[in-house]
Amino acid sequence: MSSSTLVKAPVVAPVVADPAKRWHVARIFGNVVTRSIAIVALALVWEIFPRLGLVDATFLPPLSEVLVAWWDLVKSGELWEHAQASLTRSLVGFALAIVISIPLGLLIGWYKPVANLLTPLLEIFRNTAALAILPVFVLILGLGETSKIAIILYACAWPILLNTVSGVRTVDPLLIKSARSLGLGPVSLFQKVVLPAAVPTIFTGIRLAGAYSILILIAAEMVGAKAGLGYLINYAQYNFAVPDMYAGIITISGIGLIVNQLLILTERRFSTWRTS
Amino acid sequence: MTAKIVFENIGKVFQARGTTVTALQEINLDVKDGEFLVIVGPSGCGKSTLLDLLGGLAEPSSGRILVDGKPVTGPGLDRGVVFQQYALLPWRTAQGNVEFGLEAKHVPRRERAAKAREYLDLVGLAGFHDRYPHELSGGMKQRVAIARSLAFDPDVLLMDEPFAALDAQTRDGLQDELLRIWEKTGKTVVFITHGIEEAVYLGQRVAVMTSRPGRIKQVVDVPLLSQSEDVRSDPQFAHYRHEIWTLLRDEVNKARNEELEANRV
Repeated sequence: MSSSTLVKAPVVAPVVADPAKRWHVARIFGNVVTRSIAIVALALVWEIFPRLGLVDATFLPPLSEVLVAWWDLVKSGELWEHAQASLTRSLVGFALAIVISIPLGLLIGWYKPVANLLTPLLEIFRNTAALAILPVFVLILGLGETSKIAIILYACAWPILLNTVSGVRTVDPLLIKSARSLGLGPVSLFQKVVLPAAVPTIFTGIRLAGAYSILILIAAEMVGAKAGLGYLINYAQYNFAVPDMYAGIITISGIGLIVNQLLILTERRFSTWRTS
Repeated sequence: MTAKIVFENIGKVFQARGTTVTALQEINLDVKDGEFLVIVGPSGCGKSTLLDLLGGLAEPSSGRILVDGKPVTGPGLDRGVVFQQYALLPWRTAQGNVEFGLEAKHVPRRERAAKAREYLDLVGLAGFHDRYPHELSGGMKQRVAIARSLAFDPDVLLMDEPFAALDAQTRDGLQDELLRIWEKTGKTVVFITHGIEEAVYLGQRVAVMTSRPGRIKQVVDVPLLSQSEDVRSDPQFAHYRHEIWTLLRDEVNKARNEELEANRV
């Protein structure tokens, strides 16, 4: 024991010699443990309860079986096909929402008359749940891609629009006054002061919309789709392929998590100057 | 010396919640070219309004303001404004903020960078050009704001209580710095404050305003005081401080009584 310690000593020494660094590493490790405890516990419960017969394994198969089903779906290329269909819809709807909502929001935020004209209408639509309108979209636009993209566009448009409006409205009046004192015209004022000041708020809207684009997607795909993760989940349930259903659900949460993380990173990049 | 700025019978009336408030009344005042004029008055006397009018950010209800003999019709780069709350663009670095004023003046890009550095050096911020406002202290932010206003080379510098939000030490330092810059650049400075010591320390002349409606009560000439180490404890300094304090005391009391009256109703 003591001899092995002696042999190892030179290798270990640099780490041991710096207690602060060691403490830091320990803390990161501790953080990782804390943050994963709940997830690991969920995984264990999911694995063990069906096996012990505490829940019906037919309706909730053990996690390992779900993961096997997931891997099979990956190998057959089926999962990728569905994910691709879903992501395309989400991205198109999301992108269209950005393209439409930001200019509209800037217009409403900057021009009082436009705001007065449109606000009552916007209030009504904003308070109408996107899913409540889904049947209308299907009726008018049919069961194809158009209605699905339209519903995602609709759901994503609101957070971006409202945040853009409030971003423009809440620009520090002193900055505007100061820019005006420099003799800046309305165009430069908007371009150099109002727009950059509103960017972080607009990005918060974009991040929310990103989350919505995934959440609404699944519901849209449960109505008359022939591909997509929502369709996979629904179809698997109808055909009693329960592990496949859970595989679809896991995939969609994974995608949701990744999209959100990406958007948070982008948001940070665009608003490094905003502290507090 | 000729008059750089002339206030001619300036009046300003606001409509607020159904009542008419007279903020300024019969303001007549000349500012000489290259002069450091301080306007001091009780809070709410309309001194900031007066500066807004001079800056072209608002229009007088009556009278007119002449700069170099031409009436003020709007903001212009012949006048640079320094605000109490700095008004720096938080997404731009110190250098970017100084360049902002130069962009307004359509200075070519390359020249802008060099000019910005030059003026950051002048206000003692060499080496801080790439810092964002949130990385700077209050005093440093105000230095950036001053550099921004100086960089586009206005004839007149308008300062609206620029040091009021700073702690005493920082304020003293910046006052000295401002006097140094004023002497070096020869700008005409119109400086607004409610601080009597600040007014006496900085001003060649101090215009004392009445409480609302704001009028010019008296203009006090403050001759150059002896350049001793500690001017503020000079008996002459105390004399002027006291004179302005006396002029202001009645106005402050009047303003306070009016406020109490207004709250009682």
